[in-house]
Amino acid sequence: MDQVPLDLHPPHDPQLPPPGTPLIEIRDVRKEFGHVIALAGVSLTVRAGEVLCLLGDNGAGKSTLIKTLSGVHRPSSGTFLVEGKVASFGGPRDALNAGIATVFQDLAMIPLMSVTRNFFMGREPTQGVWPFRRVDFKQCRNVTHAEMRRIGIDVRDPDQAVGTLSGGERQCVAIARAVYFGAKVLILDEPTSALGVAQTSMVLKYINLVKSRGLGVIFITHNVRHAYAVGDSFTVLNRGRTLGTYAKNEIAMDALQNLMAGGKELQELSSELGGTV
Amino acid sequence: MSGVQIADTSRNVSPREAPGAAGQPSGPAHGAGDERLRRSSLLVKLMRRPELGAIGGLAVVLTFFAFTANGSMFTLNGLMTVLNPSAQLGIMGVAAALLMIGGEFDLSIGSMVAFAGLVLGVLLLVLHLPLLVAVIGTLVIAGGIGALNGQLVIRTRLPSFIVTLAFLFILRGLSLVGLKIATGGSTQMRGFRAVVDGSVLAPFFSGNAFGGLFRALAAHGVIEALPDGSPAAPGVPIAVVWFVLITAIATWVLLRTKLGNWIFASGGDANAARNSGVPVDMVKTGLFTLTACSAALVAVLTVFDAGSTDAMRGLQKEFQAVIAAVIGGCLLTGGYGSAIGAFFGSIIFGIVSIGLTYTGFDSDWFQVFLGAMLLIAVIFNNGLRRKVTGER
Repeated sequence: MDQVPLDLHPPHDPQLPPPGTPLIEIRDVRKEFGHVIALAGVSLTVRAGEVLCLLGDNGAGKSTLIKTLSGVHRPSSGTFLVEGKVASFGGPRDALNAGIATVFQDLAMIPLMSVTRNFFMGREPTQGVWPFRRVDFKQCRNVTHAEMRRIGIDVRDPDQAVGTLSGGERQCVAIARAVYFGAKVLILDEPTSALGVAQTSMVLKYINLVKSRGLGVIFITHNVRHAYAVGDSFTVLNRGRTLGTYAKNEIAMDALQNLMAGGKELQELSSELGGTV
Repeated sequence: MSGVQIADTSRNVSPREAPGAAGQPSGPAHGAGDERLRRSSLLVKLMRRPELGAIGGLAVVLTFFAFTANGSMFTLNGLMTVLNPSAQLGIMGVAAALLMIGGEFDLSIGSMVAFAGLVLGVLLLVLHLPLLVAVIGTLVIAGGIGALNGQLVIRTRLPSFIVTLAFLFILRGLSLVGLKIATGGSTQMRGFRAVVDGSVLAPFFSGNAFGGLFRALAAHGVIEALPDGSPAAPGVPIAVVWFVLITAIATWVLLRTKLGNWIFASGGDANAARNSGVPVDMVKTGLFTLTACSAALVAVLTVFDAGSTDAMRGLQKEFQAVIAAVIGGCLLTGGYGSAIGAFFGSIIFGIVSIGLTYTGFDSDWFQVFLGAMLLIAVIFNNGLRRKVTGER
């Protein structure tokens, strides 16, 4: 991995609201699918320049919550505010236009296509007049190359297929794409779950950068250590409800771990195994 | 610091510089002089092109016929004889390649050739519409059926293989029944010559192009002339001109336009493409319309050429078009391939089908040859793709 030195504290982006401004606020959001209650009242606030970590075990409702925030599902009830205004998304496109970008686990990247073609997929810059209108691939290549350099990835050849990139690199390209196209809030769905140590630190470093720039980040993870490394506040989900939201100075890593582990049995198991779970 | 200034980022997107950039001094200019841009070796670059296999195949086939075929195959006239069937297949082959890159199949295009012939016949000889109206009407009706194919595939979420297989039979049956009704019992319709000959439109769909050029070249002894001074090859068959034109446009669209990127994306991973804002359903419907129209164009060309239409026109052409696309480097799973590849795939097809008559072999070996080519192409392409794209 060829790393370019990065400025870890870039200045705030003037296009974004000042740090601390609530970008997304949801209160008591419920989502039911027939008889199944996926979300039974979830509240959280995402602020500009902050990383909100969403923690919860499988089945806690994380996926439903992400899909609700990114416009895939409509909430059954509850309040959903984006920058103080009531939001009602008809689809993912509306959420994207409102500045909410989701980097899904499958990354929305196509392995057989080049990095450049993936980066601009669906938003290709064009030049010329119809019927001779064409994609400005020179600009695409330069932008992709420059963006990849900025996030500290050895770009090699921007025409190489995404399939040849490592997992961490793909994750960073997906995040860079969302940032480049004007996201205000980034929803990252377990970006570090399939990565090794070096690649995880690369992604965490990049999340930190995005935050310093003034974006709001929702970081979904199983791993308390990763969450604690970059998080400003932590919301724990359990069985479709928020167990609580804590600022970093309000809760220690151990307490967060215990809260996330939920039931007593898991805590006992954890101590039996020497606190390593 | 690594900040790099981008000269122009303000077109139809509203991009923002990534974090880490603002307020930093400009780094080394990107582009040719960048030490981080690893130069891909020429070999890797070549191997990354999907049409490489087809060009290799063409070389093999040409070598084979250079040793076995009689010399008249490699004259200008022989070349045109080979290129004509290549072109008739290739017009559909290139369209089928685009659809395949978009992740779908169309098995109904062979039957569509017969059906479009019927439609043209009815519009022209039964309803006595003007030639231009009849040709446009045929293309519109064929395109409509193509769009119907596409919508059925998208809405039912059935594999396009099944939906278009149904239309393979529906359209063939309709052609038979329709021709019998229109002609009073025959599965052939004749009498196009009287309407077509002398029409302003005729040169666009029948005969040869560049006849004057060929005559001039023959007169100056550049190309072979018959004893009476006229050239041995009367010109380039008009289907070949269409074939080259369509390949050129398809290649440009695939490699240089937004739509091309969307076609690759739709076939590579329809879900990922949708998440990125690509109108996948529209792209696929458009591609089905295109393949149907390409079959209708072939129908118009063959009807103008032969002066008749037949319910058995285009038999098995759907499979041959798929073979041409696959030999040309298209993956059966979509998302990868090229129009130029399908171009060469179709030429290989024409060379083998016509070329065997120039040799001492029984020309029925043709199908054996074709099947073997297909198998080798698929195995070769899959291996190559894994190596080049890092897919495991």
